Amino acid sequence: MSVSNRKLFRWGGLLLLLVLAFLLDVAMGSVRIPFREVFKVLFFQDTHDTTWQYIIDKIRIPKAFTAVLAGCGLSISGLQMQTLFRNPLAGPDVLGITSGASLGVALIMLSGGSITTLYTIKELGVSGSWLIIGAACLGAAGIMLLIVSISGRVQNNAVMLIIGVMIGTMTLSVISIWQYFSSPDLIKDYLLWTFGSLGGVSGNQLYILAFAVVTGLIISFLSSKLLDALLLGENYARSMGLTTQRARIIIICSTSLLAGSITAFCGPINFIGIAIPHMARALFNTSSHRILMPACCAIGTLLMLICDMVAQLPGSQTVLPINVITSLVGAPVVIWVILRKNNLKV
Amino acid sequence: MREKQPLLQALDLSVGYSSARRKTHVAGPLDIEIYAGQLICLLGPNGSGKSTLLRTLAGLQPALKGAVKITGTPSGKLKPPQLAKKISLVLTDSVRDSNLTAYSLVALGRYPYSGWLGRLSEQDRKVVDQAIEAADAGSVSDRKVSTLSDGENQKVMLARALAQDTPLMMLDEPTAHLDLPSRIQLMQLLHQLAGQTQKAILLSTHELDLALQVADELWLLEQGGQLHRGAPEDLVLNGIFENVFDKEGILFDKATGTFHLHHGNGKQITLTGSGPSAFWTKRALQRRGFTVTLSQPADRHILVSEESGQTRWVLRDSSGERFFDTIAGLLDGLA
Repeated sequence: MSVSNRKLFRWGGLLLLLVLAFLLDVAMGSVRIPFREVFKVLFFQDTHDTTWQYIIDKIRIPKAFTAVLAGCGLSISGLQMQTLFRNPLAGPDVLGITSGASLGVALIMLSGGSITTLYTIKELGVSGSWLIIGAACLGAAGIMLLIVSISGRVQNNAVMLIIGVMIGTMTLSVISIWQYFSSPDLIKDYLLWTFGSLGGVSGNQLYILAFAVVTGLIISFLSSKLLDALLLGENYARSMGLTTQRARIIIICSTSLLAGSITAFCGPINFIGIAIPHMARALFNTSSHRILMPACCAIGTLLMLICDMVAQLPGSQTVLPINVITSLVGAPVVIWVILRKNNLKV
Repeated sequence: MREKQPLLQALDLSVGYSSARRKTHVAGPLDIEIYAGQLICLLGPNGSGKSTLLRTLAGLQPALKGAVKITGTPSGKLKPPQLAKKISLVLTDSVRDSNLTAYSLVALGRYPYSGWLGRLSEQDRKVVDQAIEAADAGSVSDRKVSTLSDGENQKVMLARALAQDTPLMMLDEPTAHLDLPSRIQLMQLLHQLAGQTQKAILLSTHELDLALQVADELWLLEQGGQLHRGAPEDLVLNGIFENVFDKEGILFDKATGTFHLHHGNGKQITLTGSGPSAFWTKRALQRRGFTVTLSQPADRHILVSEESGQTRWVLRDSSGERFFDTIAGLLDGLA
């Protein structure tokens, strides 16, 4: 098989798996619905059971789309961070970006007074959703700027990682202080949010999330060339005509938008951002962002959908928090990456 | 030839670092011209500011005073993509921790020419292939850069700079970390490139011997930031070369163009002989601290002779004559 054929084969296989995973994800859930009925609803045919129709239309399909958005957004933000920091261990959750977003969300909940819960803010409708997204993105961008300014002075990847973890911990401590003075209801609400959930996004919120993520993805895809140049480091990038300051700002903006908006609606989802880019590099054996971007989207989506299915615990009525599953899947990948030193490349 | 416009010109240029609090002057004021087809070697002791000068000329950092003009235009007035079509660089920054293949790394050299997504045209690919061939990196182009040896890596970085297709090329210590054959090979390659492509090549190096052999012009940067320019041979003959590298215990021998590490121990010895055997005998004696004279008879005399392909050393001193089969034996006999 020639190289281009093999690549085509991989893309084809990946897309096939994607469609399959999407359908399975819609078909699975705590209420058992026969596959045939699922397909009927999906392809706009009438089904005898309006409850099933409602479950699929209003709950499962939005959830599957949220998984797609989260998978694309988190993995792309991880890819951009790994290239920008030239650090294979970078990712939105690792370097405290999601903590920054959490802080933004927590601040909104706090500023709403002690009786406001995330749920009620979301129920404010479109403006409430934008408020949360805006706060989360600003929080993410703030931490990102801090990390960027520190990373100029730190050469060692592991040291940078520790600093990121420290900043994340500090941010979370600030949130804890606020929690300490909050009512149990609020704390519970916040805690549930930190478990991560793909299910809480519906209706208008999904459109808003989609708009934010797609905007971030478009900016990221258009930055492919900038990111390629940054693979050689800042000096070489500049010698090839890249305005590094501008490139940095663009990358910080899109990364914060992606990680911030997803964290705002789905909670801080771990390990997708750091693990997926490595899988994409391993599968397509390249560093070119023109290929890695779509590859990350495809693999990220696939993995998110699979994690979501596992979280449903098929055959049971229980649904586990999505964060538990992504950590169980993602952490071994990170360990594998660290152990296979050869793969520690950006 | 010198009536042509210089590719790069700087008048009264001072280089260094400036922060909000203070300015650190590294070198200057310098007057510099670079012409097409020149291979220039920038030499100077560690810490004299070679890298700072290169970075300033390349536009990676601002000058403290004065401006660098590229074909008549101040480099600050050129937009980054325009500048990237004038000067290409080989830096000491490591690129080995990336997942890139050598080919895609070289292809990045086409960055200033490629479209907004970085897709390469047929023409771009041709230039990349030519660059890889010219830099003699064809055998490694499919490999990951992380697996390359230092020598191979340097060739790939050179190919990337060539692919950028600029009239000026600057290399910061390209021969560092290379073994001797690779160093010679790289210098030879650069020498050929300057001659064949009419590129101007400026490189900083610590290879004094090689620089003396290949450079059209030497730039000697003193510790205090003063720059001496000239043909290598002129700088040697007028003693500047010697002065810049003057350090305790190191002597530059104008006659041979080499550096000597050793001080004499005051003892004199006469050596008679010719050819390689005599040359290496002299080196061994100098290492032991002898001042070797060829004519005046000292109280000890060594005769190197060759008999039917076998070299023999005869040591004559007050106690008589002794014969040795190896230099090691001779040195033992002298002790």
